[in-house]
Amino acid sequence: MRWDFSSVLANSDALLVGLVGTLRLFAICLVLGLGLGLVVGLGRYARRKWLYLPATAFVEFFRNTPVLVQILWFYFALPILVPFEISPLAAASLGISLNSAAFSAEIYRAGIQSIERGQWDAARALGMRWGQAMRRIILPQAIKRMLPALTNRAIEIFKMSTLASAVAYVELLQQGKLIASLNFNPIEAYTTVAVIFFVLLWPLVQFTYWMERRLKRDE
Amino acid sequence: MTILHVRGLIKRYGTVEVLHGIDLDVERGERIAILGASGSGKSTLLRCLNFMEMPTAGEIVLDDKAVGRRERDLIAVRQRVGMVFQQFNLFPHMTALGNVMEGLRTVRRWSAAEARARAEKELARVGLADKAQTYPAHLSGGQKQRVAIARALAMDPELLLFDEPTSALDPELVGEVLNVIRSLADEGRTMLLVTHELGFAYHVATRVIFLADGRIHEQGTPDEVLKHPRMERTRAFLASHRQFSF
Amino acid sequence: MYQWDFAPVFAHWPLLAQGLVNTLKVTALSLSCGLVLGLMLALLRLSPRRWLSWPAGFVIEVFRTTPPLVQLFWFFFALPLIVGVEMTPLLAAVVTFSIQSAAFFAEVFRAGIVSIERGQWEGALAIGMSHRQALRRIVLPQAVTRMIPAFLERAIELMKTTTLVATIAYADLLFAANDIAQKTFRPLETFTVVALIYFVVIFGFSLLARRLERRLAVGGEATVH
Repeated sequence: MRWDFSSVLANSDALLVGLVGTLRLFAICLVLGLGLGLVVGLGRYARRKWLYLPATAFVEFFRNTPVLVQILWFYFALPILVPFEISPLAAASLGISLNSAAFSAEIYRAGIQSIERGQWDAARALGMRWGQAMRRIILPQAIKRMLPALTNRAIEIFKMSTLASAVAYVELLQQGKLIASLNFNPIEAYTTVAVIFFVLLWPLVQFTYWMERRLKRDE
Repeated sequence: MTILHVRGLIKRYGTVEVLHGIDLDVERGERIAILGASGSGKSTLLRCLNFMEMPTAGEIVLDDKAVGRRERDLIAVRQRVGMVFQQFNLFPHMTALGNVMEGLRTVRRWSAAEARARAEKELARVGLADKAQTYPAHLSGGQKQRVAIARALAMDPELLLFDEPTSALDPELVGEVLNVIRSLADEGRTMLLVTHELGFAYHVATRVIFLADGRIHEQGTPDEVLKHPRMERTRAFLASHRQFSF
Repeated sequence: MYQWDFAPVFAHWPLLAQGLVNTLKVTALSLSCGLVLGLMLALLRLSPRRWLSWPAGFVIEVFRTTPPLVQLFWFFFALPLIVGVEMTPLLAAVVTFSIQSAAFFAEVFRAGIVSIERGQWEGALAIGMSHRQALRRIVLPQAVTRMIPAFLERAIELMKTTTLVATIAYADLLFAANDIAQKTFRPLETFTVVALIYFVVIFGFSLLARRLERRLAVGGEATVH
């Protein structure tokens, strides 16, 4: 057989549309997932039961169910309970964001817990409130230690965005499917999609390796 | 004038009682050295005074008002009571100057310029004006502790708590920190000092408290407690710290 | 107000049961193939010969860096045309998830092997073992113990990832959900029930894994002291 990428190149517009869709979904889920994760992570760290228990239940539920099931639930089941339409983008964003929030919550919690007690003591001895100590003293130090794991999460979110194709959201893989079915060239179409993902993510992966090595050296 | 009354202070961890009802009055200008074997509860006592540890029972009275347990009461107390830790606890992500400015900026809400001017003054007072832009990782232990003292001083505390400020230092660095503390004593500052430096306590303190098993076992002037102790346990403790000379 | 009715969903319980069995089947097959392949990849990666270590490194990087669903589609839709054989959804799934797990395990094996002190190698070689014997008898058994937590974590991740096979029409639990939802017109109840089944199974495994890890951590310490 002969490989022929010209039929894929002819559809580069469609791939570009897919790439934009992937990036949009990625950006939404990155902000919502890591942002909400911080809130849930602080809840997991809290000593008050009414904060700790719901946060823990959230984390356990979303870590222990497949993200594709979550997306399909939001797409097929949720519209029955709410009075408005759920678009493919909304369903995918909800599923991936909540899942990422649960995973990043544990990263935040572990990062915060890794900061020595003396830092809390010193901040409180100066008269800082809990929130001030967290924002000014604890988080800036913890973020540095969490950065490799959070970048890893971002990479996972980028990969997870392909699951949105299951609800026909227009992203890279969905467009690859389209090109493959229109031109009967699944080999070239899917290979191209795989290469695009590899080229986009490989530098980020190397970056996390580098960060991990540097962090190990610093500590 | 009494600035701090402690009445029946009890601290328990689970079922273990560490402090069994401490009574203590601190007068303005007093310099109280707290001595005791490890496990006697001296650090816990100090940490209860600014609520780093929550007292299980008893009262701490500041300005004739018992301090409540709400966060704003605790914050009000901590702004008036400074603390210096054994392990320095400097903020590693801020320069020496940033460490000293932090309380003024975040807690007192001073402007950056005001906080900087004050912080520079405090750093100069502890002899570290030239280290303002240095991060804690590049400071010696003695320098770190001096920055930590400047950080506490910047808040203008009425009472300073020192929790074994020289115990984590190499012997050759102890002197520079003790000199700074001595200069604060000369200014007439009120302070409580948990320490193993008996010679320093003898020369600097106005009162010495010997703590044993979570109780005040003996107290008096340095001369009374350190040179002519009445209690057997105090004598035994001093005998085991014979390295000091007056 | 919506009237919940779970009866039509539970009437299709054989579909759910078969789906769950198929989910576990894909997981178990991929996990065992992935372990063997992963060890091979790790040994190739550690080889001093570049023509062995570089391709192994490339495979590991590609499978760790591209989305699992893209890999699955490639193996299901593209590979059969290249090699000219029929691909069933089960085969495509097992091949994809095996290599994917292998790429993951290879790094775990490698880290485990590298973490064994040089003295262990030297001790084994000094009593006359060959390199291969030292690896098999001395180094690997120690490395494997350290790998168990990562192995358990991966097993749980894999069970979640297997839901992707529903998109190529393999009758796993998620596919059964879709099927039942269409038959009963009860997507809310169906997807809720299936989400809960996944949660119970996966959370159960997680709890077991955590207990095992704690036991290992305690036991590991006991052997050190």
